[in-house]
Amino acid sequence: MNRYPLWKYLIVLAAFVFAVIYALPNVFGEDPAIQISPTRTTKVDATTLARVERVLKQANIEYRGTVLDETSAKVRFGDPEVQLRARDLVQTELGDTYTVAVNLLPATPRALQVLGAKPMYLGLDLRGGVHFLMQVDTRAVLKKASENAADDIRRVLREAKVRYVTVNRLESGAVETVFRDAAQFEQARDVVRKELRDLELSDNRRDSEYVLTARMSEKVLLDKHRYALEQNITALRNRVNELGVAEPVIQQQGQDRIVVQLPGVQDTARAKEILGRTATLEIMLVDEGANTGDTSIGTKMYRMRDGRQIPLKNRVIYSGENIIDAAPGFDSRTNQSIVSITLDARGAAINQRVTGENVNKRMAVVYIEIKSKSKLDANGQPVLDAEGRPVRVSERVEEVITAPVIRQQLGKRFQIEGLDNTQEANELSLLLRAGALAAPVEIIEERTIGPSLGADNIQRGFHSTWIGFAAIAVFMILYYAAFGVISILALAVNVLLLLALLSIMQATLTLPGMAGIALTVGMAIDANVLINERIREELRNGNTPHASIFAGYERAFGTILDSNITTLIAGLALLAFGSGPVRGFAVVLCLGILTSMFSAVMVSRAIVNLYYGNRRKLERVAIGNTAWHKA
Amino acid sequence: MEFFRIRKDIPFMRYALIFNVISIITFVLAVVFLITKGLNLGVDFTGGTVMEVSYAQPANVPEIRSSLEKLGLHDVAVQNFGTSRDVLIRLPVDVLIRLPVKEGVSSAKLSDSVMESLRKADPSVQKRRVEFVGPQVGKELFENGAMALLVVSAGIVLYLWFRFEWKFGVAAIIANLHDVVIILGCFAFFQWEFSLTVLAAVLAILGYSVNESVVVFDRVRENFRKMRKATVPQIIDNAITSTMSRTIITHGCTQLAVLSMLLFGGETLHYFALALTIGILFGIYSSVLVASPIVMWLGVSREDMLPPKKETAESTP
Repeated sequence: MNRYPLWKYLIVLAAFVFAVIYALPNVFGEDPAIQISPTRTTKVDATTLARVERVLKQANIEYRGTVLDETSAKVRFGDPEVQLRARDLVQTELGDTYTVAVNLLPATPRALQVLGAKPMYLGLDLRGGVHFLMQVDTRAVLKKASENAADDIRRVLREAKVRYVTVNRLESGAVETVFRDAAQFEQARDVVRKELRDLELSDNRRDSEYVLTARMSEKVLLDKHRYALEQNITALRNRVNELGVAEPVIQQQGQDRIVVQLPGVQDTARAKEILGRTATLEIMLVDEGANTGDTSIGTKMYRMRDGRQIPLKNRVIYSGENIIDAAPGFDSRTNQSIVSITLDARGAAINQRVTGENVNKRMAVVYIEIKSKSKLDANGQPVLDAEGRPVRVSERVEEVITAPVIRQQLGKRFQIEGLDNTQEANELSLLLRAGALAAPVEIIEERTIGPSLGADNIQRGFHSTWIGFAAIAVFMILYYAAFGVISILALAVNVLLLLALLSIMQATLTLPGMAGIALTVGMAIDANVLINERIREELRNGNTPHASIFAGYERAFGTILDSNITTLIAGLALLAFGSGPVRGFAVVLCLGILTSMFSAVMVSRAIVNLYYGNRRKLERVAIGNTAWHKA
Repeated sequence: MEFFRIRKDIPFMRYALIFNVISIITFVLAVVFLITKGLNLGVDFTGGTVMEVSYAQPANVPEIRSSLEKLGLHDVAVQNFGTSRDVLIRLPVDVLIRLPVKEGVSSAKLSDSVMESLRKADPSVQKRRVEFVGPQVGKELFENGAMALLVVSAGIVLYLWFRFEWKFGVAAIIANLHDVVIILGCFAFFQWEFSLTVLAAVLAILGYSVNESVVVFDRVRENFRKMRKATVPQIIDNAITSTMSRTIITHGCTQLAVLSMLLFGGETLHYFALALTIGILFGIYSSVLVASPIVMWLGVSREDMLPPKKETAESTP
């Protein structure tokens, strides 16, 4: 009656092995490490790594190992002090074209790594760092879009030689064009409908005037909205790379918010300065007359991506802020990758004039960025300030991305040709878009957690969970004897399973999440108590031990299911409506309910069956005193 | 070991009226405190800046206050946080509005200038935590929290309606909202800080406390089948009495875990654990002595509980 078929034991055993393997990495913790990532122009490969290793050996810095993956190289160390020294050393060796960041790497043994076992991902409140929540001003996006629509209408009407009175932008984002006579109005409507397909048109008469109202369709507006957000995220990601932060989080949250989390960063002022900074593009003419290396007044030498020098005329024709859009594409005639650029009205006007005057000359696209880096003294050591932090200095970095020949007069839309492949086209259009933010952002939430507080939080959360577990274990064993031991074993499997799931999912563990684990420990015992009490009750009613155990588990199951599902409902609602730390708590709560149901019902039953199931004559079970009722 | 040697059913339902009067009084008191005193909403909800700083030696709170006043920050709460060396500084959001905002100085930069002036007074000061929340975010969080409370309540009623009967759903949710209101009442009365994590605790209690009601209801349903001759109050009394041991032990265990969090979890989890503690204590009381009488008064009968199909569905889980 109390025997499990073999497969049920195997399931329990498999769950246990799984739980141990995937919870284990958390025991090994993490090694301090440095992460070397390439920037646009460089790659990280075996030679880079060899350079790094040579430098470290020369300086007598011991390292524990190196990892080379597709995007970066990582070197792990024994302690954090060595890590910081190595970071400065490697950064100096490799120069600005690489980003060297401090990082933590799991110290998980290789055998476990092969299985994909990783320690839990710790939230900022457990390891320190800064968190920003940014509000994207989407009204600015819509305003810009409607300005462009107005410009477009004026342009197509002028080109079609239609006379209009005014073109007005309305508060709602719609654009009204006013006409005096019906014929012009009709003609305008046809032209706009044909040329500007994104616009939805409606018309009405006002006194003696004909009014054509154009508005962007919901879909187009939504696209623009989404696009602005994507571009902002890309731009922020590029800027965060500058900070040399390992594992930053840059995510959309809700309709128009962006979360930026920078683990390990404490200097919020600098982080904000860099996040708020604008990288930009400038379009200049190539000084065809000047020779390489010779700089006359009005001409300056620039570096191209491949390292060649190119002389450019100093005057900036227009800059990145005039670029509305850049998209990679393919020219079907020449079979070449291209990037299509769209300029705003001002940029278009300038572009038209300048390119008209300079056909068959070359035009250069220059990428400009303000980079900051540690100030170094004469010996190549970083200069420290009064608080022992490296002093940062800013430097303007300029680079020519491309310098194509102007074939004809250009206007609002034009193409950049002469690119090697689609990848380059993708990168260039990304760069053109990524330089500036598509819409202004404002920091509406900012949290900084000091590293000492993070360590404190971990320790306290950990302690309180263990103390709670130990107290419950002592009580359960005293109260339920052998069944108490079984309950605690099941509870231990539950905690292991929960840790394993959290590690596998790489869910972010936060302080409320740790509280969730502690709470789950307390709540999970409920199922075991229900079962044990039920068994006692059945024994009191005079049933045989085997029948009591059987009935105890069977009868308690319905109750366990009902009571856990109600808690699960609460957990899911928290998950849906909560944000940040509350979600962390909710994830743990929901997972904890699932694992505790499994462990209380399957695991504890398996142990009981294994222990008692094969005894044909079972006189009594050790579940505490049940004799009083009969007496 | 055995704590509960109850041979006869305790006639809980005979005293149902008394318990309900007590419940109504505590409930009304809680509502009165909520209205008159209001919740002491944390920075999560109101917006504003909270800073936790730590000194090498015991902190001089009045000195910190005066150096903040020199910055033009009045209405600032400065208090010790856990130990005498740790200090919590709370700047309400309207402080920022009254500050002469310079070009390009966003409210988020405030913490930097505060740190600077504190460092001048005592260089040993360390930034442990800074949280700045805009008022808009806070308002949204509050709305989301209220929404979550509603969804959880509705979800639980629906589930219990589906699994038991509507009377049980209604009774359970009244009993549990009673717990929630009393937790909120305590927070209002003592003016404890009500933060986002406390809200999470309240919602967790809502789910957790229903557990209790469900366990009793489950037994009531079973008793309706087994005790064919008993009256409804007798059935409920027996259900409560026979689950008593389990109720106390389960809550005791959960309380052990929460207590350990309250004592050893540090300041950050303090109010979270406190809300759970109150919730657990009232959870036992309400599920046994509030939910069951309501079910009784809603007129639950044997016919409600005995749909012929359920009988078979129940025995094969």
